[in-house]
Amino acid sequence: MSTDTPDAPSDDAPSRAELAARVDELEDALAEATSEDDTKKMSIIATKGTLDMAYPPLILASTAAAFGYEVTVFHTFWGLDILHEERSKNLKLSSVGNPNMPVPNAIAALPGMDRMTTKMMEKKIADNDTATIEELLETSLDMGVEFQACQMTIDLMDYDEADFYDGVTTGVGAATALQDMADADIQLLV
Amino acid sequence: MNAEFDIAETLDVKGASCPMPVVKTKGAIDDLAVGEVLEVLATDPGSMSDIDGWAAGTEGVELVEQEEGDDVYTHYVRKTE
Repeated sequence: MSTDTPDAPSDDAPSRAELAARVDELEDALAEATSEDDTKKMSIIATKGTLDMAYPPLILASTAAAFGYEVTVFHTFWGLDILHEERSKNLKLSSVGNPNMPVPNAIAALPGMDRMTTKMMEKKIADNDTATIEELLETSLDMGVEFQACQMTIDLMDYDEADFYDGVTTGVGAATALQDMADADIQLLV
Repeated sequence: MNAEFDIAETLDVKGASCPMPVVKTKGAIDDLAVGEVLEVLATDPGSMSDIDGWAAGTEGVELVEQEEGDDVYTHYVRKTE
C-alpha cells in the first residue's frame, strides 16, 4: 500500500517560495514570447503589371505602412514592371477581356485600342487627382516598405538589376516570400 | 480655433484621393510632439471613414474630432505617444 497522499507535504516537494519563483519565471518567459514581435506585418505578392492591377498592391502597402505595419511586396512575373523605373511609367490597360469596357472585344482587339484605353484611364487618374504609380512607389519606399524583385523572373524577362528603382531588393526568391508570408499577419496575392 | 484643443499643425490634402490623405496624415503626425493635435483638411469623402479607421488601428494616435463641411472634411488627430 502506498504511503503517498497528494496533500501530504514531503521533503522533496518544492516549497512555496520555489513555486512562486517558478511562476515568476514562466510569466516572464510568456511575456517575452508574446511581446517579442508585436509589430504587425503584411506580405503582398504582386504578379500583375497592367495599369489597373498595379494600384492595389501599392495602395495597400502605403496604407499599411501608415498603420505602422512592416510591409514586404514581392514582385514576380509582370508585377516586376511596377518596380521597373522605365516600364512603370508606361503601364498599359488592356481593352480586351474586360466586359466592363465600352467596346466589344472584337473592336477592342484592333491595333491601337490598348493605347487608347490606357490614355483614357491616365486622363481619369489625372482628373481625379489619383496618385500615379510612380508617386505611390516613391511614397511607399519613403515609408519603409520593402519592395522585392523576384530574381528568377528578372532573369526570365531579361531585366537588369539597375533597371529598378533605388531601394528595390533583388536577389530574392520564393523561399524569401514564403518566409515573409509565414511571419505576416496579412498575406495577399495580387 | 476649437476651444478644447490647440492645433499645432495643419495639413492640407484637399484634392488628394485615397490613399494619400491617410499616408500624408501619418507623415505629418510623425513630425509632431506627443500631445499635439494635427488638423487635416481633405476633400476626399472617403477620408471620414479612412482616417477614423487608421486612427483606431494605429498605435500612438487618437482621433479627436471630425467635421463634415460643405466641401471640406476636417479631421483632428492627436499624437499620444
